Amino acid sequence: MGDLDYIYAVARIRVKEKSLLNDTDISQMAGMQDDKSVLSYLEDKGWGDSSSSGDAEKVLLAEEKKTLELMKELKLDLSALELLSYPNLYHNLKAGIKEHCTSETNEQAFYPHEKYNREEILRILQDQDYKALPAHMRDAAERALSVMLETRDGQKCDVIIDRACLDAMSAAGKKQKNRLLRDYVESTVAVTDIKIAVRSLKTGKSAAFLKEALCPCDLLDVRLLAVAAAEHEESLHTFLETHGFREASEALKESPSAFERWCDNRLIETIRPQKTNSVSMGPIIAFYLAKLNEIKTVRIILTAKANGFSEEETRQRVREMYV
Amino acid sequence: MSLGMVFAILGAALSTALAGIGSAWGVGIAGQAAAGVVSEDPEQFAKVLLLQLLPGTQGIYGLLVTFITLSRIGILGGTQITDTHTGLMYLFACLPIAVVGLVSAYHQGRTSVSCIGLVAKKPDQFGKAMLFPAMVETYAILSLLVSILAITNIK
Repeated sequence: MGDLDYIYAVARIRVKEKSLLNDTDISQMAGMQDDKSVLSYLEDKGWGDSSSSGDAEKVLLAEEKKTLELMKELKLDLSALELLSYPNLYHNLKAGIKEHCTSETNEQAFYPHEKYNREEILRILQDQDYKALPAHMRDAAERALSVMLETRDGQKCDVIIDRACLDAMSAAGKKQKNRLLRDYVESTVAVTDIKIAVRSLKTGKSAAFLKEALCPCDLLDVRLLAVAAAEHEESLHTFLETHGFREASEALKESPSAFERWCDNRLIETIRPQKTNSVSMGPIIAFYLAKLNEIKTVRIILTAKANGFSEEETRQRVREMYV
Repeated sequence: MSLGMVFAILGAALSTALAGIGSAWGVGIAGQAAAGVVSEDPEQFAKVLLLQLLPGTQGIYGLLVTFITLSRIGILGGTQITDTHTGLMYLFACLPIAVVGLVSAYHQGRTSVSCIGLVAKKPDQFGKAMLFPAMVETYAILSLLVSILAITNIK
């Protein structure tokens, strides 16, 4: 489909954008007494469906489902939707391998997926039927399962799968005609690399480990990032400040939650220009990503409220909204 | 039929054809955007309909110039053209609305699409949203005036 074929869909999305939560809504929810008040506020705004009443997780799942259905209704390019679902898909593989190797059932660890749900992932791992997986997942699934069975090293298994996910996203992103998708994937890979570097620094990982875990991307030099993260905190801050990620360094100095918030805000910044775009599928993808960010933020608020976090602590964790 | 008549009829045909193509395109894409808004918010129907109609005026201007031309060259009235020189004058007199009508309707259509998006998000900004595509209309009106003045002054 050409850019002009999305005019109808973009106009519908413009109306839908009015229903997205804004920073005032988020601030209001962060100031509420408990998770029940937040849930009630969301239900008043039309969140959830008839079967989800009062159940936070069901409300969030219903919202994700509604958004996905809207994307399909608007005939969003399926390869774009598939690309955006890679993190969930690889997460399911990770959860499947752990369940397969430990025999500990944890249904909630899986994301709902039309094809690669818990049952299908477990069947594939049981039968070692890797051909049933998408081509970009097969090698990683086989290697990760083998590592997990031989060494029981869950971290090594995660590194293999996370790296494969980033590689697959990067390769698929480069093939996309839509500029927003290409930019979003590039930003996602760069932000994830920085996250991995930060976590590795805190757990004292070697440069060799980092080279294996980091995915090459155009926004930063991962070899230099690996060297910096393997040295000490100051080197990592210097690297970030001199490679266009000064805000990441400042957020990291502030607190771990400020850094996590920066990671998500950076991705929202990538999609924000789509608010003024009238054609192409960019605004539709931006809406989808904004909705996912919104659901993630609401989940953070609900969890914070359920665990008795103060208003200030909750506010520190919430993300910037698209609208 | 003289070569002059052929040129004059070609000019009359181009006025309606080119300006009409531009309007059809502009109204078409604005209609897609309008349908998108109404499918989510039917209350905005009247507002988005007005915005959709704006790029349609160039087609009407083209038709008007065609009628004036035909009524002066012996088809709907007036006297038949016998020389090539006069025929070419009619052809060139028709070109402003033909060309500017095509281009302005295309751009007005795209501006209308953007303004329909604006109304979708902020219905209370309809007055301002109308002004942006209306600015493009200025150039279609100027070309219409030039075409009419030129045609009516050909002796």
